[in-house]
Amino acid sequence: MKTDFNSDSESSACRLSEIRPGSECEVMGVDLGDAAGRRMLDLGFLPGTRVQVLRRAPLGDPSLYALRGFQLCLREADSRHVRVTRKASKEPSR
Amino acid sequence: MSESDFQTQRTAPLRLALIGSPNSGKTTVFNALTGLRARVGNYPGVTVERREGTLRLKSRTAKIIDLPGTYSLDPVSPDEAVVGQVLAGEIPDTPAPEAIVIVADACSLERSMLLVGQILNLGLPTCLVVTMIDELRARKGQLDLERLSAALGIPVTGVIGHRGIGLAALREQLASPETWSSPPVMPPTDQIERAAWADSILQHVVEKRPGTHTVTDWVDRIVLHPVWGVALFGFVMVTFFQLIFSWATPAMDLIDLGVSAASDLSRTLLPAGFLADFVADGLIAGVGSVVIFLPQIVLLFSLLYLLEDVGYMARAAFVVDRAMARVGLEGRAFVALLSSYACAVPGIMATRTVPSPRDRLVTILVAPLMTCSARLPVYTLLVAAFVPARDVFGPIGLQGLVMLALYLVAPLSATAVAAVLRKTVLQGEPMPFVLELPSYRIPGLRLWLSQIWGSAFAFLKRAGTIILLTSMLLWVLLTFPQTTPPSGLSPDEAASYALEHSAAGQAGKAIEPLIAPLGFDWKIGVGLLASLAAREVIVATLAQIYSASDPDASLRTAIRADIRPETGKPLFDPPTVAALLTFFVFALLCTSTLATMARETNSWRWPAFAFGYLLVLAWVAAWGVRQIFIALD
Ligand SMILES: Nc1nc2c(ncn2[C@@H]2O[C@H](COP(=O)(O)OP(=O)(O)O)[C@@H](O)[C@H]2O)c(=O)[nH]1
Ligand SMILES: [Mg+2]
Repeated sequence: MKTDFNSDSESSACRLSEIRPGSECEVMGVDLGDAAGRRMLDLGFLPGTRVQVLRRAPLGDPSLYALRGFQLCLREADSRHVRVTRKASKEPSR
Repeated sequence: MSESDFQTQRTAPLRLALIGSPNSGKTTVFNALTGLRARVGNYPGVTVERREGTLRLKSRTAKIIDLPGTYSLDPVSPDEAVVGQVLAGEIPDTPAPEAIVIVADACSLERSMLLVGQILNLGLPTCLVVTMIDELRARKGQLDLERLSAALGIPVTGVIGHRGIGLAALREQLASPETWSSPPVMPPTDQIERAAWADSILQHVVEKRPGTHTVTDWVDRIVLHPVWGVALFGFVMVTFFQLIFSWATPAMDLIDLGVSAASDLSRTLLPAGFLADFVADGLIAGVGSVVIFLPQIVLLFSLLYLLEDVGYMARAAFVVDRAMARVGLEGRAFVALLSSYACAVPGIMATRTVPSPRDRLVTILVAPLMTCSARLPVYTLLVAAFVPARDVFGPIGLQGLVMLALYLVAPLSATAVAAVLRKTVLQGEPMPFVLELPSYRIPGLRLWLSQIWGSAFAFLKRAGTIILLTSMLLWVLLTFPQTTPPSGLSPDEAASYALEHSAAGQAGKAIEPLIAPLGFDWKIGVGLLASLAAREVIVATLAQIYSASDPDASLRTAIRADIRPETGKPLFDPPTVAALLTFFVFALLCTSTLATMARETNSWRWPAFAFGYLLVLAWVAAWGVRQIFIALD
């Protein structure tokens, strides 16, 4: 599952783990092996999906994300494998 | 078969399966349909809970199975494969379901649709139950369920699971899967296309997306706050610890009193002799050794399920996950390990809230390393008898420091063992760690009570019988064969003589070569065997062997004075005491823990493994510590 979408906006491409709480991004792909990669897609981290970063845990990890109408926590170890592009947040961040 | 009544016996019960992602409300729907009467077991070979219940429908009965929550039908582990195997009828004694009931949360339908698409491709009669309609309304969302039904081509029913709203319509629906419509076209099988299919359907169905849950939003600002959140977490965990460490004590003392009153009573009622001994010391004491766990279990699960149902436990896991991840465990294992500091039995039972079976197993296997309160009397006896009461730094005494060290070794060794287990016995491809934070909810009293009752009952039924049997067996071994002591012995000396000549006494002598490298003689060997009933029993057993009239001062004096015949030096020299303390830090000398492990993992393989690895670890560590002390001498 190593599709490359980062031809046009090279500058804003980064990892989901690098997005700051309060901002939004769009999934481009998941760089993970077979089963783990499939699981991320099952969870909804599909190309084109909008993900909002809600908050980090008090100790800095994991982080809480909102996507496809639900909320979910991921560890940095997993979210750094999700390639995203930054998007301007629709709502002003708190 | 035996439960189905006469009217319905003509037709075999309809077989239904409930499937849905975790927290979608499956179990709530299951309970509402079956009236909280579930048969809970395990699937063969894995530690995944199997819940099945019977439900009376209009014209027939149905057997309904509550499948473990799943995000997808593509399994990523043997534990997850269970769902697919049940649906395909590949599990012995679990015939394939005739119809599938998908459960989806109205507020996160977008996510559930991916699973719905996969299930429709199975081609079985399927209906969809949309739960949490009340929460959808509270969050100002709107769904058109009729349109959803039309678009999917299957029946759709909205329910509010915990209040039973919509359940009548659902029962009606479930009675006749033959009449359910099926989708005109199958959803795509490719993951990305399936997401597009889901989105295109939802465009017509979701009239208004639910907003954020206002209460949850506000409460989380405090509960997940970097400072307040950590403080609250600490407070809750201290409460857990207090609950089973001190607040359960009055009830446990009461049970102790009751047990000794009952055994005294039985002695006055029965003629003195074997039967009276058996009833008083074997049977009643055995029952007591089971019931004694109930206060801790009931208290622990009262708080655990309350906080789970409210929605706090997931937040606690979120707060502590980072620390636990270092150890190779996950946030939800924290409460279980903390509880094991009081007692591994409720601790191991508390691992039920750890969703990943593999993580749960690692947690179960390291839980016995935590310094449970049964070790305290052993530590106290040895430390008070052999560690000089000398001040080290100001008011801090050497005895206190040794106790502290014994307590601190536990988490350190558990950490190391967890890491090793992860890399050896329980290795596997690392899977993304997923945690959902459900909205805060007001818990239902009936469900809460049934959860507490369920865990107490499960303990009594499976673990309790084993504990009762082994404690009676140990009594037999410590009592038989009965010998007539030579005349002229005091009662204390006669008891000591009887014990030395009992089967356990002989066994203690038989294992002496194995424990001699640790400096232990047969008397310690008997104590170790007896401590299998519960660790603290070694104190009473040593008191009996040394003919000490009380297990406190006189036992301390007696063991200090014991001389090793070969060397003429004290038996309990510093290397031996250090080795014995170390042995107790590691060894799993507790049949109640083993029985609970067997019940929770549904096999004797894991308790046998835990007993074995901890025994080896205990022996090696005790030997090593002894050598260090000998070298220092
Ligand atoms: N507000 C609301 N809460 C529900 C409903 N159904 C279930 N719950 C709650 O959602 C939580 C998860 O439900 P559960 O049945 O354990 O989900 P499962 O993981 O799918 O088995 C529990 O706290 C339930 O009380 C519902 O229809 N409305
Ligand atoms: Mg459930």
